[in-house]
Amino acid sequence: MKRFAFLYRQMDQTTSTNRKLQALVDYFQAAEHQDALWTIALFSHRRPRRTVTTTLLRLWAAESAGIPLWLFEASYDMVGDLAEAIALVTPPPERSETLRTLKDWIRFMQELKDVDEEAKRKAILEAWSQLEQDERFLFNKLLTGGFRIGVSQKMVTKALAQVLAMDENAVAHRLMGDWTPDNTTWDALFQSDSALDDHSKPYPFYLAYALEGAPEDLGALSEWAAERKWDGIRGQYIHRGDTWFLWSRGEELVTDKFPELETLMKIIPPGTVLDGEIMPWKEDKPLPFADLQKRIGRKNVSKRLMIDIPVIFKAYDLLEWQGKDLRERPYQERRALLDPIIEAIPPGYPIRLSPMVPAGSWEELTTIRSRAREEHCEGLMLKRMDSAYGTGRKKGDWWKWKIDPLTIDAVMIYAQRGHGRRASLFTDFTFAVLDGEQLIPFTKAYSGLTDAEFDEVNAFIRRNTLDRFGPVAVVKPELVFEIAFEGIQASSRHKSGIALRFPRIKRWRKDKLRKEANTFQDLQEMLEQYG
Amino acid sequence: MALLTFSDKGFYCPPGDFYIDPWRQVNKAVITHAHSDHARYGHRQYIAQQDSVPLLKLRLGSFIQATGYPYGTTFSIRGVKVSFHPAAHVLGAAQVRLEYKGEVWVVTGDYKLAPDPLAGSFEPVPCHTFITECTFGLPIYQWPEPTQVFTEINDWWRENQEEGRTSILSAYSLGKAQRILCSVDAGIGPIYAHGAIENTHDVIRQMGIALPKTERITDKTNKKDLTGALVLTPSSGMASNWIRRFADPVTAAASGWMMVRGNRRRQSVDRGFVLSDHVDWNALNTVIGELHPEKIYVTHGFTDLFARWLQDQGYDADVVRTEYSGENEEPLEEVTG
Ligand SMILES: [Zn+2]
Ligand SMILES: [Zn+2]
Repeated sequence: MKRFAFLYRQMDQTTSTNRKLQALVDYFQAAEHQDALWTIALFSHRRPRRTVTTTLLRLWAAESAGIPLWLFEASYDMVGDLAEAIALVTPPPERSETLRTLKDWIRFMQELKDVDEEAKRKAILEAWSQLEQDERFLFNKLLTGGFRIGVSQKMVTKALAQVLAMDENAVAHRLMGDWTPDNTTWDALFQSDSALDDHSKPYPFYLAYALEGAPEDLGALSEWAAERKWDGIRGQYIHRGDTWFLWSRGEELVTDKFPELETLMKIIPPGTVLDGEIMPWKEDKPLPFADLQKRIGRKNVSKRLMIDIPVIFKAYDLLEWQGKDLRERPYQERRALLDPIIEAIPPGYPIRLSPMVPAGSWEELTTIRSRAREEHCEGLMLKRMDSAYGTGRKKGDWWKWKIDPLTIDAVMIYAQRGHGRRASLFTDFTFAVLDGEQLIPFTKAYSGLTDAEFDEVNAFIRRNTLDRFGPVAVVKPELVFEIAFEGIQASSRHKSGIALRFPRIKRWRKDKLRKEANTFQDLQEMLEQYG
Repeated sequence: MALLTFSDKGFYCPPGDFYIDPWRQVNKAVITHAHSDHARYGHRQYIAQQDSVPLLKLRLGSFIQATGYPYGTTFSIRGVKVSFHPAAHVLGAAQVRLEYKGEVWVVTGDYKLAPDPLAGSFEPVPCHTFITECTFGLPIYQWPEPTQVFTEINDWWRENQEEGRTSILSAYSLGKAQRILCSVDAGIGPIYAHGAIENTHDVIRQMGIALPKTERITDKTNKKDLTGALVLTPSSGMASNWIRRFADPVTAAASGWMMVRGNRRRQSVDRGFVLSDHVDWNALNTVIGELHPEKIYVTHGFTDLFARWLQDQGYDADVVRTEYSGENEEPLEEVTG
């Protein structure tokens, strides 16, 4: 655990990318393979199962610290993070344990699964009494399952490539897929060829950057291909051997959530990997993104749900064909292969091509982009014709060219307090539009204010609180803010009958009075036009 | 009888007709230390530990009428015996001991148990009634060894230097800045200071107290000279335009609040060092356990929780509301001053 804690400290404390990378390299060189494997797993959100409830951990933390539970709860409230609060209040170790490494502590935790509460208590108290503060913090993070660390998958991959003397892309590929340290070993993952036989293994997704400048700056239009930017879930469809897999961008296997795509095995040959978008789709038109979320949220996908919200796979890239990795080939060539394959599929199968959008000039493309919302898209994607399919975020070959957000001027009516040390600050705000003399709340929004504005808004709220319900303050409805959002949909779950996508505060309209805010009528019209 | 009452102006001593650290203008103010939340403008007369006097004049104006006494010397105000005792908080910081008709009260002001290079070592003063700060009166605040923290600061500075970057460390201009200055390894490189801190240093040096060498940052300071240097600034300097003058800076803050990771992020500094001039949870409990006063009043910070904890332990403890701000950001005027 000492070595892992040391790595964690280094990653946490330095801002230098080089030093972070070096720390990872040093760690992977020195650590035992099974420890290193767990480290990779934790960095890629493969967490061990929880074996102790947080309620019990709080009780035992108070016991270990020699304080009453109310004082522990108050302390936890201040810190805002349970793992950290426990690490801070529990006493320093009587003797510091050096023998157990990361994998041993994880096994220690896993073995608590089937023992009774008293045995769990003894084990946890013993663990705390042997670990230094930052080790206790990490141990607790493992226990509570909330492990997050500021290191990119790309950096881990880079460090491993250096240690293993392997190509970065090959390492990235081997790290993907459905493995955990419990079902594989270091050698099986990196050394043997069998890793490549793992049929489930997806390719790392190539990600696009948001285009900030003018499209003309990208050079001649002839070097670029344009496509619609769909509002679905990025996915990779794999058919290898006699099975199929569907991966989402978060490296999550979502095959079970979309059973209707199984039928694609009949018309897409084995040895094929497609990149595309999982889209809710009905009557040849996309459904709102919120519908797709309903499907993802459900544990079991019912027949009813599949009829109400059917999905299709919108294909836009071909990564593997006839068992061959095509990623190094130019985009143009991959599309030339992909288009006829998809177009040849008879109608009725849940797959569509994401067609290229032809245009004679950047101006023409700009006009097409401005109509994106009517076509239920978020804008356009620009992909360099001769680009290979990279890994992660190599800048410059793929761009997201989104349309400008919708905006509406709204009145702040409620403010809610934050957590931890921010408990003294209002951080979440609710906004309303006008309906005659009435105010109709329609969205929450946060962020987007400068620090100075944030302080000013907080001071206003403190002076102008009309009523209070727990952490929520009813604010004198006076301040007007411009709220930006990406989409608008009808919703039965919201009182206003409206749900916004990605609402945030764009700016404070100090120049506007309450009566100058937008009306419920305006909102309805937006819903009709863009919903 | 109550030697001190709690008014909306601050702690008031009826038999002596004076206040301690009042936050509204009064005739006679006994001051524990020169931090701005304890030493306010506009009192007719200031009485403080003698090392505090030049610092009060720096902060409030040289025209103020101030009298200084050394630690341990008893003087009388209308029959109330008053004496100052080391609080180890900042230079000149004192606990105020009051004795009247056999009754003894102590007001700690701010204090810490770790020895301070300029403020000396805390002296426990037996008393009947103990009025203590509890800025960090929660069990999550348990300070690491200061020597270990200074090693971390040295390592951080050295690491930044190797990368050709400037290390900017925010610290309270009175107290924390000098504590760091006297404790880091000055052999690593040059140390610069923000004007607000350097003004304090000038006064301290004029008092005949030696401080390691520092350079004042001015508009004429050459960016290149700052590469690899350590720059001390009040936290308000971090938030202002002032910091933009540095090429490729790495920022850090030294404060007790850095104990909690979320606060480090909120301060938007690259690194947080846990270094406080206040007592932590353990020190508070140690001092109270040792003094075992008949009555305890708590001020500053997590007062309600700490008082409840003391009551649970069998003490007669209550909260006094004050307008002290604890270890917060310093007001912005100190940056321009
Ligand atoms: Zn102070
Ligand atoms: Zn104070």
